[in-house]
Amino acid sequence: MSQAATADTPHPAATRRSRGNVGDIVFEGACRGAAVLVLILLGAIIVELFLAGLPAFRAFGLPFVWSTDWDPVQEVFGAGVSIYGTVVTAVLAIVLAVPLAFGIAFYLTELAPPWLRRPVGTAIELLAAVPSIIYGMWGFFVIAPAFAQYIQPTIIDTVGELPLVGFLFQGAPFGTGIFTAAFILAIMILPFIAATMRDVFEQVPPVYKESAYGLGATTWEVMRSVVLPYTRVSVVGGIMLGLGRALGETMAVTFVIGNANRISTSLFGPGNTIASLVALEFGESEAGSLKFASLLALGFILFVLSFLVLAASRYLLRSRLKA
Amino acid sequence: MSITIGAGIHPGPRKDLKVAAALGRRRRRMDAIVRILGLVAMLVGLAFLASILLTLAYRGSEAMGLSIFTRVTAPPGSEGGLLNPIVGSLIQAALGTAIGTPVGMLVGTYLAEYARGSKFGNLVRFVSDILLSAPSILIGLFVYTILVMPFGGFSGWAGVAALAIIVIPVVVRTTEDMLSLIPNTLREAVIGLGAPKWKMIVFVCWKSAMSGIITGILLAVARVAGETAPLLFTSLGNNAWSVDLTKPMASLPVTIYAYAGSPFEDWIGLAWAGALLITLGVLGLNILARSVLRGRK
Repeated sequence: MSQAATADTPHPAATRRSRGNVGDIVFEGACRGAAVLVLILLGAIIVELFLAGLPAFRAFGLPFVWSTDWDPVQEVFGAGVSIYGTVVTAVLAIVLAVPLAFGIAFYLTELAPPWLRRPVGTAIELLAAVPSIIYGMWGFFVIAPAFAQYIQPTIIDTVGELPLVGFLFQGAPFGTGIFTAAFILAIMILPFIAATMRDVFEQVPPVYKESAYGLGATTWEVMRSVVLPYTRVSVVGGIMLGLGRALGETMAVTFVIGNANRISTSLFGPGNTIASLVALEFGESEAGSLKFASLLALGFILFVLSFLVLAASRYLLRSRLKA
Repeated sequence: MSITIGAGIHPGPRKDLKVAAALGRRRRRMDAIVRILGLVAMLVGLAFLASILLTLAYRGSEAMGLSIFTRVTAPPGSEGGLLNPIVGSLIQAALGTAIGTPVGMLVGTYLAEYARGSKFGNLVRFVSDILLSAPSILIGLFVYTILVMPFGGFSGWAGVAALAIIVIPVVVRTTEDMLSLIPNTLREAVIGLGAPKWKMIVFVCWKSAMSGIITGILLAVARVAGETAPLLFTSLGNNAWSVDLTKPMASLPVTIYAYAGSPFEDWIGLAWAGALLITLGVLGLNILARSVLRGRK
């Protein structure tokens, strides 16, 4: 491409220009400065949360992470219940969302007639745009009553009677609780996972699929034996992205999880997550108190959790990002 | 990547035509089942969206009225509106976007024009992506510790700062993506004419990527307009009319959160009306953003 024939003897005007170009120096400096600012921002968030939470780590030590106490009167705090709630709701949400997201991506890339792909794809992506608080209201006023009246009693009477897994589905059908929170989370992360899957499925070179079709494979066989193996890593990356989102979701969960600081064996029981506990109790905690520090320490733990998951997701999706 | 359907289990089609036919039937049946499941999954996804929108339209329109836009929030029982939360949300979202957008654009430009493939660029991109998906409640906590605690109280500016931090990575992502789509020949042509690099970026690259960048800004506005968690600990909310950014400021999402959890019928009605407003605004912005992008292609 480069035909720098005159490179050895540059025109005098050119040298004057490049040397004295203040505009270039200023502009590049501004861009670089902004980039550094982003790095500082993330660093500052981590450091600030850690420092503000330090009194709690000092007071309770490492057992803070698994202690299930949360007693504002006695000033004893532990992160165990909310970490449990955070992880269980997020993982359950993934279990519910992944099959659905796969079905949607499969439909959008292989089955839907071309004219339908864009409107349906847009509609699914709009699910991602609906604010968290709207999911909370919808979950609280629509989903929770429906669960309490129809779905939970049915599950309690059927699956709840089974040996081994039954205890997970017992108790009173409140409507709210861990399971409802996970259900709402599943719908919220569904569009992220589905969109990632669709995008990576579309990147499979057509010639691979065509060869499989040429051998007489059905659409499903092409998906299972060609598309999925080819995109496996990115698909897992997309799932991790959804998991990262589910861990930190606040408002929707706060509405429907029941907000009780205990670990119930049943998935229908109430619980809390780090984000919901912080949202609810932060306003009632005095700055400088041990409770305040504990809530910020929880924030730090949540940050570390989602950082690890999101970093893993980025790593797995790196091939897609390059393309 | 090889397709070995039933290898070793069946005697093979050539030997037994009946087995071949049965195998074919089974494979086609499996295919049909999965196709139907895919269709069902898509319908379930759309049903969720429809349910949310219909619930909002039904419950929201019941409480919707002109007084929502003309009255400020009031105690339950006395007829109040949502004027101050609406104005507060508009102010905070607008300022947050106005502050976050230039920073995001510069970072995106740096990644696309200066740091392509460099280690530092990759690090910045990674960090920006983490910020993009980081729990927004933590950004609220962070701003609380740096802007609310030292300055002695909740303020509109703190809310603006939290929203600006959320805007930055959204704009970074779209700016970089859009600039990366510009062919290098265009850049070479501009440099070949003797223009300095910053002119090439501002007058040629930004200009040709403008619709994409605008899309990013619209998406960022849509994102922050519905954010609740970061505002809980920063601008807090204000039941009186106030446009003073140094004082606590009302916002629509926080008001909805407070009202929806209350036991008062009229407050819950107002919460639904606010929810309808926000959702229409956010989804409208999203659709607008898409059509801006598509209009160019």
